[in-house]
Amino acid sequence: MGQEIDRIVMEKPEVEKMKKKTKKDLTPWEIVQISRHPKRPILQDYISHIVTNFIEFHGDRYFSDDKAMIGGFAEIDGQKVMLIGHNKGKKTHENIERNFGMAKPDGYRKALRLMKLAQRFNVPIITFIDTPGAFPGLEAEERGQAEAIAKNLTEMASIEVPIVCVVIGEGGSGGALGIGVGDKVLMLSNAIYSVISPEGCASILWRDAAFAPDAAEALNLTAKALKKHGVIDEIIEEPGEGAHTDVKKVANLIEKAVVKNIKSLQKLSVEELIQSRFEKFSAMGKFTVK
Amino acid sequence: MAWYTETTTEKKKSKKELWVKCKNCHSHIYAEEWSKNLNVCPNCNYHGAISSYERINLLFDKDTFEELFSNISPKDSLKFNDLKGSYKDKYETNIKKTGINEAVVTGHGKMNAIPVVIAVMDFRFLGGSLGSGTGEKILQAANYAYDHNLPYIVISASGGARMQEGALSLMQMAKTCAGIARLNRKNIPYISVLTNPTTGGVSASYAMMGDINVSEPGALIGFAGRRVIEQTIGEKLPDDFQTSEYLREHGFVDSIVNRKDLKDYLSNVLSYYNR
Repeated sequence: MGQEIDRIVMEKPEVEKMKKKTKKDLTPWEIVQISRHPKRPILQDYISHIVTNFIEFHGDRYFSDDKAMIGGFAEIDGQKVMLIGHNKGKKTHENIERNFGMAKPDGYRKALRLMKLAQRFNVPIITFIDTPGAFPGLEAEERGQAEAIAKNLTEMASIEVPIVCVVIGEGGSGGALGIGVGDKVLMLSNAIYSVISPEGCASILWRDAAFAPDAAEALNLTAKALKKHGVIDEIIEEPGEGAHTDVKKVANLIEKAVVKNIKSLQKLSVEELIQSRFEKFSAMGKFTVK
Repeated sequence: MAWYTETTTEKKKSKKELWVKCKNCHSHIYAEEWSKNLNVCPNCNYHGAISSYERINLLFDKDTFEELFSNISPKDSLKFNDLKGSYKDKYETNIKKTGINEAVVTGHGKMNAIPVVIAVMDFRFLGGSLGSGTGEKILQAANYAYDHNLPYIVISASGGARMQEGALSLMQMAKTCAGIARLNRKNIPYISVLTNPTTGGVSASYAMMGDINVSEPGALIGFAGRRVIEQTIGEKLPDDFQTSEYLREHGFVDSIVNRKDLKDYLSNVLSYYNR
């Protein structure tokens, strides 16, 4: 017994050191794993920690109520907002019901409907991004997955209230961007945001999905890389080995960052807000000018 | 998303380059006849790929087209390397091969005497993929239309976003749509012409946002790749799935127009523009 305690005491500093090292040296592929960790907090975890008076709204008014995308009025630190986000599940039956957070056109149309509602009520919008991608299915194509996402990208450019987006887990391509055109885009340090999944990219460019770690590296999908390339504005640092180790703390960090950004965006007039959003997205990307 | 490598590409010339084999009906067409017929199969009306400049010649009144923003070309800002080498080598080869600097040619001119601004994508250039330079040119052309109060037309031919630019290519979807949003606010018409193929991130941004969406017959148009969907739902998809005809049936395309009729169709629609 005594020996065991000694060993633990001896080892603890080593463990701490290793933890710190791991955190610093995580490869993009390891970050991909953390972003998909089975215990990774999902939107409902953050809602239960930081939201009061959540009034959920349902349906796109065209076809259905997509459970992969949820939204409604919410209060965060006394600030009234419209909260919209991808809704993954924790248990298998939840994930099946919510389609693993992969929204159909109905989900994107519901999101847009709620953004327009936010504009009507003059409350700012917060979106939480966490999806492997928009649902690739027959019915989704039939009902216009492409059109639904395209419409959101276009309409979000003209929404007259502040929009703050937070990438909390997987930012899967067009399915993520469909609610991601924000005045400020924040990202958790172990979240990812990419044009294609590392597996998908590897199977096309490397002809083998097993090269996903290489693709993850090449795609620059980590928060740190994306901040450097101007795709996101702010990184919210996760404690310890990732958000799942201290959900409450992460929730509070998100709350603080979101409220701070909303307060500063609310100082802008509608014209300034829309102009600065246009300028922000106009400046995206790098190219050569001869 | 960018699954352009899977889609059909240009016409294939036979050994002597005298014959073109139609991708659809597999009949051999005399090359001269093929190009005289605007790269459309005289047998089955399959609309083959056509370069940006060939398209521009078809659409614009003689000597009226003026190219804009041709000084923009790609940049390998992520230093992207895959199995086949660097992105930089890839686009430099494409620039040499195609004689254009990006996957789109932009400019303005007159279509049956109606002034318009246009962006014409070119599938030969990296599968028409949407990179930062591509997005920039499409936005700049939209801004030109905005500043000069001219109708805007985009002709798409693209497998989707350009993976080698990572999330920067994804952001081009938001960037180009922001340009379209400004045109909407100013009530400037925007017509989208979807040609084979228009898929992935391009279909999910400006290509679907036309006030009027037109497509060529039999074009592949869709968001997700056929194989991915078949894997997801575990069954075979209908033959006409994601074709122009399917899209019109489901309410996403206004009209299917043969290549030879496109100029008259576009100018006829725009003759109603009264602002």
